Amino acid sequence: MRETEDEWTSLMRLAISGDSAAYHRLLRAVTPVLRAGARRGLARAGQPVDQSEDIVQDILLAVHLKRHTWDTNAPFAPWLFAIARNKLIDALRRRGRRVFVNIDDFAETIPDESAAETASPSEIAAQLQTLPPRQRDVLQSIAVESASIRDTAAKFAMSEGAVRVALHRALTSLTAKLREQ
Amino acid sequence: METEQLIRTLAADNAHRARPVGFVLTCALLAAVPVSVAMFLAGLGVRSDVMTAMHNPFFNLKFVETLALAISAIAVSLHLSRPEASMKGWGWLLLVPLMILAAGIASEMMMPQEVPMMTRLIGSNSRVCLTAIPLMSLPLLAGTLIGLRHGAPTRPAVAGAIAGLLSAGLAATLYASHCTDDSPLFVVTWYTIATALVTAVGALAGSKVLRF
Repeated sequence: MRETEDEWTSLMRLAISGDSAAYHRLLRAVTPVLRAGARRGLARAGQPVDQSEDIVQDILLAVHLKRHTWDTNAPFAPWLFAIARNKLIDALRRRGRRVFVNIDDFAETIPDESAAETASPSEIAAQLQTLPPRQRDVLQSIAVESASIRDTAAKFAMSEGAVRVALHRALTSLTAKLREQ
Repeated sequence: METEQLIRTLAADNAHRARPVGFVLTCALLAAVPVSVAMFLAGLGVRSDVMTAMHNPFFNLKFVETLALAISAIAVSLHLSRPEASMKGWGWLLLVPLMILAAGIASEMMMPQEVPMMTRLIGSNSRVCLTAIPLMSLPLLAGTLIGLRHGAPTRPAVAGAIAGLLSAGLAATLYASHCTDDSPLFVVTWYTIATALVTAVGALAGSKVLRF
């Protein structure tokens, strides 16, 4: 665990310095751990664990939008787990559960490598439809059609800068909409 | 959306850099301070005998106390804007203004006084103090909350309360230059009640707007 967490920290440092591939690797590496923690928390609250993917996606969005609050000299895992716990508590509260999340729900889990269960279309997919058309188009092109920023710019006759701005705004408003639910 | 797709999308947005919380908080406060100063100048103004008052150490001490509160609250609120932060090891910072206040009371006690203790404590401006400090803190509290929203406080009510302390500290600094009651006994009573009021409002607002 210690070694993995050290690796996360160095990947996140690379990510902050602009290495998107390292960032991609980091997010993929933490996801099974987040999924296992979310399942454990849901199970403890007596909730169906197939909702865990929404929580995982919620956590990933928060990690992304709040990563400037991570101190690059500090280890990454405590920061990550604090965000994850916060999002899990939020999710349980929204389902009407007043439960306290065990502090070790995330820190002491065995990564759950099983594929994401998609029992229902994700909350993100539902909120996607409420975004302004331009933001939705850009997000869909990059997320669903796996197009690059450059290809997306060409497709919609936008500058790459404008695509980047629209993408970031789309992620910010998605997060806000998920929070308001 | 599949989680894998979301991850790819987030990686594509990696180039976006958000500003540090400290920067955003500074900007928000720089925008809010003029509003509170305008309220102060329109409603209260600096006391007329300020030139003589400046020779009174207890007049000057008021600013040390209120600024100590504001500065320690700024430090603590920036700390709490990180998700993994706890109050452990930081709470004592908030005691600094109280310790200065206690030292002030002790030294006033040791000096010969013409006015009885209770009269100094009650003062003549308590009503204005209890109205002006909370009112002038409102723009500052709004600014502080906007700044902290940029962070990731996992204890939104606590962070909101600290934001209340911060704005009350700054508002009290303005008010102190108007108020003719300089006794630390007056400060410890009425400034504290006013600050507690703003802190409660901050905690309530924080629990609503600081969740992320």
